[in-house]
Amino acid sequence: MEFFDIFLLEAVLNGLLLGGLLALLSLGLNLIFGVIDVVWISYAELMMVGMYAIYWSHTSLGLPLALCLLFGILGVAALGAAMHWFIIRPVLSAEPINQLLVTGGVLFFLQALATVIFGIDFKNIGVRLPSLMVGDISLSMARLIAFGVAMVAIAATYLFLNRTFAGTAIRAISQDRSIMPLMGVNPERIYLLTSAMGGALAGLAACLLVLQYDIHPAIGLSFGPITFLVCVMGGLGNLLGGFVAAFIFAQLISVGGYVYAIEWGYVLAFVFFIAMMFIRPEGILFRRR
Amino acid sequence: MPHFSSNLKFGALLAALMLAPWLGLGSYPLHLIIMALLLGFIYTSWALMGRLGLVSLGHGAFLGIGAYSVVLLWNQYGVPPLAGALLALAVTVVLALVIGYPCFRFKIVGHYFALVTLALAEVVRLVIVATRDLTGGSLGLTPKPGLSDGATASLWSFQFSNRVVWFYIVLGCWLFSLWVWRKVDQSMLRDALQAISEDEDAAASIGINVTQTKLKITVLSAAMTCLGGVLYAQYQAYVNPDTVSGIGISLQMVFGVIAGGMFVMLGPTFGAVFLLGLQEVLRVLIGNQIHGLDLLIYGALLVFFIIRMPKGILGSWLERKT
Repeated sequence: MEFFDIFLLEAVLNGLLLGGLLALLSLGLNLIFGVIDVVWISYAELMMVGMYAIYWSHTSLGLPLALCLLFGILGVAALGAAMHWFIIRPVLSAEPINQLLVTGGVLFFLQALATVIFGIDFKNIGVRLPSLMVGDISLSMARLIAFGVAMVAIAATYLFLNRTFAGTAIRAISQDRSIMPLMGVNPERIYLLTSAMGGALAGLAACLLVLQYDIHPAIGLSFGPITFLVCVMGGLGNLLGGFVAAFIFAQLISVGGYVYAIEWGYVLAFVFFIAMMFIRPEGILFRRR
Repeated sequence: MPHFSSNLKFGALLAALMLAPWLGLGSYPLHLIIMALLLGFIYTSWALMGRLGLVSLGHGAFLGIGAYSVVLLWNQYGVPPLAGALLALAVTVVLALVIGYPCFRFKIVGHYFALVTLALAEVVRLVIVATRDLTGGSLGLTPKPGLSDGATASLWSFQFSNRVVWFYIVLGCWLFSLWVWRKVDQSMLRDALQAISEDEDAAASIGINVTQTKLKITVLSAAMTCLGGVLYAQYQAYVNPDTVSGIGISLQMVFGVIAGGMFVMLGPTFGAVFLLGLQEVLRVLIGNQIHGLDLLIYGALLVFFIIRMPKGILGSWLERKT
């Protein structure tokens, strides 16, 4: 057994790139949870809708790709706002578990809708980016771009939350839901804004994923579970914790998948998650005050 | 509380059901009744804990263990499924304890409990897919035929070519689950769990051992679900990781129960009947050409139920009557 393994290094780098994407997805979900206190089980299905929107506008309408990507982001942002208005708003005062389950109904609905419209075949937009060779390591260009864009988007979201008035209002309401209406903040508007932002982040993730993966109705199920486990492990609503957890998860999947087989990478990640829940149920970055 | 007239009604319903195989229904309708009772059994097992605030999204794990253990043991080592079922039950009980104990000890409740159990369901599905040399992976697995020439039934291989036999086996299990439901309702366990679901700390302060109480109902519910998996595998003579484990089936169980109503004894069964009925009606009306249409309507109805009728169809109907 060699001490230094070039393929292991490749797996680590690919894990890093996957981590960027997971961090982006979990950021949107975490934002919604932190502010509205609802877990959208169907979050990855919003991303799936975005991927189909891009596919459809590119292949059927023949629009240029850049326009299609923009369409995907705005479309999913609108879907996120609609999801809050029509699905979440009526159950805001219901049992928390009902709020979780109602989004599970949306999961079935969106998945079935995609099947009815597009069928169960794998689709792709026909754009394949080349791979970049660094020494003996081959890195997919699409993954590098995805990582870069995800990092920029995360930084932009961070700045928005910390430097703008609306961002400050969002952070304030996540800290104290009952006091903010007294300070003249309209929670309903903040909820809508947050849901649209969460949607836009899922739309952005869709843009990055159509460059790497084929689209099919069940693709949400390959990213959804991982995304909310990342959020829970980071501490639901804790944006920084989710960011760190995304990279830990991605390394487990990538390196575990390299050492054994790809499913074992996921098994390792899930088992690690269950163990972490028992050791640090409040999230990896939680400090007892 | 159950009174005389409702007992009478239930008795009449049961008598009619017992006679079902002899009414000349044909093979396919009988199959639907068996599936409704089997799903009713599994849903009722889930609802035993779900109705008391322990919403598990991981029962697919127990279903998968039940289904795959018996088929694998039979195919690989020739272990008769009835013995295999005992082993599957043992594995399930151990797993339920290993996951349940820390969850309850460290007060992992609500969202967090749902998501931990969901991870468990995925672990079982992924392990089945990953050990494809043994389990056949996503292609699924068929138990080896165990009927000798001319025989229609074999208890040793637990295979019966006659649907009527299956009907009575499944009916028996379904009645057993209703009996368990009623026994739980009459016991102290129910009161303790009710108190815990309302306020854990308050329940602990009056001397209820929270962890132990929750573990009891979890192990019971998991073991019954595992048994449901065994029956499912033997009846269908085919198992597939996506239909007996993972997130899909786990969510389906929860939603079936919610559609029917989880706070009344026959609610989960009603949910199973409703689900199968919906599938059949759509199949007859529009055929099989449009993939996913039944799930589309199902998903829309679920959203509607949770928003408008959180007590389910049967639950809301019974409430309106009184």
